[in-house]
Amino acid sequence: MDKVVVTVVGKDRLGILAKTCTYLADNGINILDISQTIVRDYFNMMMIVDVSGSAKSFDEIGSDLARVGVELGLRIRCQKEEIFERMHRV
Amino acid sequence: MVNILEVLETNRMIQDDNLDVRTITMGISLLDCASADVGETCDRIRAKVMRLAGRLVSVGEEIARDFGIPIVNKRVSVTPISLVGSSCCRTEGDFARIAKTLDETAAELGINFLGGYSAIVSKGMTEADRLLIGSIPEALAATERVCSSVNVGSTKTGLDMDAVRLMGGIIKETARRTADRGSIGCAKLVVLCNAPDDNPFMAGAFHGVSEGDAVVNVGVSGPGVVKHALSQIGAADFETLCETIKKTAFKITRVGQLVAQEASRRLGVPFGIIDLSLAPTPAIGDSVADILKEIGVDEPGAPGTTAALALLNDQVKKGGVMASSYVGGLSGAFIPVSEDQGMIAAVEAGALSIEKLEAMTCVCSVGLDMIAVPGDTTAETISGIIADEAAIGMVNQKTTAVRIIPVEGKSVGDSVEFGGLLGHAPVMAVSRFGSARLVSRKGRIPAPIHSFRN
Repeated sequence: MDKVVVTVVGKDRLGILAKTCTYLADNGINILDISQTIVRDYFNMMMIVDVSGSAKSFDEIGSDLARVGVELGLRIRCQKEEIFERMHRV
Repeated sequence: MVNILEVLETNRMIQDDNLDVRTITMGISLLDCASADVGETCDRIRAKVMRLAGRLVSVGEEIARDFGIPIVNKRVSVTPISLVGSSCCRTEGDFARIAKTLDETAAELGINFLGGYSAIVSKGMTEADRLLIGSIPEALAATERVCSSVNVGSTKTGLDMDAVRLMGGIIKETARRTADRGSIGCAKLVVLCNAPDDNPFMAGAFHGVSEGDAVVNVGVSGPGVVKHALSQIGAADFETLCETIKKTAFKITRVGQLVAQEASRRLGVPFGIIDLSLAPTPAIGDSVADILKEIGVDEPGAPGTTAALALLNDQVKKGGVMASSYVGGLSGAFIPVSEDQGMIAAVEAGALSIEKLEAMTCVCSVGLDMIAVPGDTTAETISGIIADEAAIGMVNQKTTAVRIIPVEGKSVGDSVEFGGLLGHAPVMAVSRFGSARLVSRKGRIPAPIHSFRN
């Protein structure tokens, strides 16, 4: 398994989840966990996904999703999960 | 699995609080590049550095993309060049040729600084050490990326006052030779006591002889993150204050450890150490001075500043040590003036003097760092300042350093711009009383006694 954390931050609007998930499904990326919260009026969503089944590289997925974010007026980032695991787990 | 609050916290640190990895520094031994011919030595140096560090920048960028964490600098440190060039350099010009090779190699690698144009002369100087030190003004005037350091003392050997005297003049000459660029040569020259072999931070980085053939050292940063954490606890007691710094330092250092291990694996070079220093930059919100203000002094330099800094330094180490498998380098809070917006403001407000900075260096790393002084400051006075700082390091068994810039043509009240991470500095006042008679004495100050400590 190759876990990547996808974060979506911006103003809430219709279709954020739909568009992001469509991209993930079309590219063979499985969603393992998903959660969302509103912080200071901003929509924050986090998905943990498994990219091991995707034909695309991590860099390609990252720039594709950033483009999806631009279309939606949001910021979408991809980061490998280890940075969060390391920082918050002993 | 990580949860959304943890993810948001990490990303807030990166986006809002300037969390970054300050440097991945590859240390490379050049001992096997020595030969009897300068040209041959330069060729070997270039070939070895390119072979080992050729992918350093691209790997650094790849790791930054993977984890979404900025890695500000990718750098190289090498064996002190006075050793590498000792069998082939007969003149100062021969050493300067090696400096130019290092500069060209650094440019080819795409790195901004390469450290190790250095001499370790804690007890005495060889002919090669003297030639290298003599060549520093020429080397720093003719290169952009080369950093130079001279270690003039240690707790075990005492202080080599002949080298201290020499360095006062070398700093003045370096300032003169780079006068057209705000005497910037001096920003790349540091005089150390108890210099560590594995420091990843410039300008004092070199790859010591106790190290292996090549190693990856990482310097973390994150003063903005500590400041943010402290702003959340308000007027809490010292226990809460210290725990908050410790926990934050732990988190910052874990990121450094991850980056170091990844860099080591991807480059095929062993992991050396994490340097736990809180290193500021001139960016707003990336300031150690701001942390001191958050702890409770109106401006750095006010009474209580040394205590606040001692506390900060100690808690950063306590939090960081557990987060990393190997800790080394300088490991402490840096208090450079020109590289920290809050320090600059404190000097401009009249709160911070060189004398108070000297007191602060007793409790943190590294020393009088990036301090601009009037261009008419004498070589003897600079040597006196170096001697004081080195004495603090020698007696307290810690690393201390002086990176001072006597800016040609500038006086107190003026300001000098170095650009980039080196920032800008207000010219600070230096004592008008001299120490020429002390500095002119020949020989060494003996090593201090290690018992009866008071």
